Amino acid sequence: MTEPNIGERESRGLPKAPSGIAGLDELTGGGLPRGRPTLVCGGAGCGKTLLAMEFLVRGATEHNEPGVFMAFEETAAELAQNVRSLGFDLEELGRQKKLAIDFVRIERQEIEEAGEYDLEGLFVRLGYAIDTIGAKRVVLDTIETLFGGLSNTAILRSELRRLFRWLKDRGITAVVTGERGEGTLTRQGLEEYVSDCVIVLDHRVTNQVSTRLLRIVKYRGTRHGSNEYPFLIDEHGISVLPITSLGLQHEASDERIGTGIPRLDVMLGGKGYFRGTSVLVSGTAGAGKSSVAAHFADAAGQRGERCLYLAFEESPSQILRNMRSIGIDLDRWARKGLLRFHATRATLYGLEMHLATIHKLVRDFEPRVVIIDPITSLLQAGTQHDATAMLTRLIDYLKLQRITAFMTSLTSGDAALEKTAADISSLVDTWLLLRGVELGGERNRAMYVLKSRGMAHSNQLREFRLTDHGVELLDVYLGPEGVLTGSARISQEARERDAILAREQEADRKLRERARKREALEARIAAMRKEFEADEEEAVSIAEQEQTKEELLQQDREEMARSRRADDAEAPANPDRIPVNGIPAGRA
Amino acid sequence: MIHSAIPQPINAHPAAAGNPDIWELRLYVAGRSPKSVAAFANLKKLCDEHLPGRYTIEVIDLVQHPQLAAGDEIVAIPTLVRKLPEPLRKIVGDLRNTERTLVGLQLRPRPGEKG
Repeated sequence: MTEPNIGERESRGLPKAPSGIAGLDELTGGGLPRGRPTLVCGGAGCGKTLLAMEFLVRGATEHNEPGVFMAFEETAAELAQNVRSLGFDLEELGRQKKLAIDFVRIERQEIEEAGEYDLEGLFVRLGYAIDTIGAKRVVLDTIETLFGGLSNTAILRSELRRLFRWLKDRGITAVVTGERGEGTLTRQGLEEYVSDCVIVLDHRVTNQVSTRLLRIVKYRGTRHGSNEYPFLIDEHGISVLPITSLGLQHEASDERIGTGIPRLDVMLGGKGYFRGTSVLVSGTAGAGKSSVAAHFADAAGQRGERCLYLAFEESPSQILRNMRSIGIDLDRWARKGLLRFHATRATLYGLEMHLATIHKLVRDFEPRVVIIDPITSLLQAGTQHDATAMLTRLIDYLKLQRITAFMTSLTSGDAALEKTAADISSLVDTWLLLRGVELGGERNRAMYVLKSRGMAHSNQLREFRLTDHGVELLDVYLGPEGVLTGSARISQEARERDAILAREQEADRKLRERARKREALEARIAAMRKEFEADEEEAVSIAEQEQTKEELLQQDREEMARSRRADDAEAPANPDRIPVNGIPAGRA
Repeated sequence: MIHSAIPQPINAHPAAAGNPDIWELRLYVAGRSPKSVAAFANLKKLCDEHLPGRYTIEVIDLVQHPQLAAGDEIVAIPTLVRKLPEPLRKIVGDLRNTERTLVGLQLRPRPGEKG
């Protein structure tokens, strides 16, 4: 896990001894200060001894640095038994000369103080143990017990100061534990002597929910995270989870991944979600949020990607069964190891612990997709403010790992739909809203994309149907009465079909009428044309008659002239004989 | 077992071992520091006074035998251990406070106690 703010770049400064404790080395930029004592303090049962022991065991097994555990409270046998559950075999390490445990028992009742003394006996014992196995690491747990056994605090204080200097001179990396005091980090103010590194552990119970927390109070010469970091103790030891708000340094991906619902892909610009973004589906109970989540898990499986499903309300087998009923077979991905369920009640432990657990799961399983169903359950494990802060950190963390986060959120019936219970709406990149539509005596589902950053997305409401082959998105009927879904939509669609038919018939009828009109018109035009033609023919025949008449008249005149034997004027036989006054000379 | 490990215990009085009347005392020191020297001198004086002829003092130098510190749970130096008579008692310090040493060895009742 990387944390950009508290980087490893400082490791060049102070030499560090890697603690080997998961997460702590990242937090401290490489480990505890080498050759110096570190104070680990906290209340009873906070995990001091365990942390100190893991520091020694990891040093011995992973960094070839043998260690001495000087115990003031528990015997070697008790210690060995206590850490066996974490997989540490102290006896075996002892045989290999990698670990030595020295139990120092101080009984006040059998000790009388008479005069000046020092703690040279302790020095001798420690020195002997160190030399025997060539130890590089030492744990003193809990050295304050000395104050219970011996009464001269002035001597004890000066001797402790000498002890820490002595350890430093020998180049020993030491962990000194101390019990938390009233208003001070430790009862005896050990923090005065250990100036290089102070780590405080806490075990806090809020609302009957306990959380283990680690905080680095001081680390000289090293920039360190100053927040409280939750830590887990499980079968692999301690893991500290440096999870705070990681800032906004994640790279935005252009890669798109399918939602598993083709029609939803279309609504989201045709390609689905952006990889590494956060998606929120909110809706009332029974709106189908988990089904959308299951589709996404199924799509991840089909891409061959690992998917982590965090279920806070249903058991894995319940989810698998329910999803089978709508035709989504998630079993196959679970069997292939591509799908892992983690089902817990949200109230089982605190938010920090949830966050820590999720971190650990993500680190171990390395999923590309994480589904949290539902995030609203987490509210029950803390206050709203805490839940929002936790989810912010979770989303940031997942984004940094380029994991696509898919969360469902339950909206209660009376709350505003566009308000998520945990107020994380501003953190999510894509927000799908599922809502119930009650109409005509039935309840149907509708879905729309409330927002989707960085993509053109549909602004339309779709009817959301759960079928035996998964989720189906259908167009909804939008009319003056609002959105219609289900049978109302179907009947409305039928009505619309009727109306369309009627309109078509009407149009047909009009078309035919027009055709008829045209025919009539054309008939009239034809008649008129015929009439006109008739007129024209008549006019021509009259003209011809006139001409004929004229010709006949001419003929008549000529014949008349001929009959008056006029030597025709038009053919003069003698050109000298010019008729005067039109009367031929010869005739006059 | 410790007796055998000590090559040369500084014995003040060679006394018969196993004698129930004999006080078996063990003084843990670290080298010849002033406190160690003072503790031995104070102890010797006190024993001669209160347990004449009835004691053995075994001085163990942890600088030479560091492995012996764990046996009697030695933390402070000097530490006087009363091995016998039982129960085991420990007195830490250079024993300059005779009263407290006597109380610690149960040769004198604790102030305020009867006896």
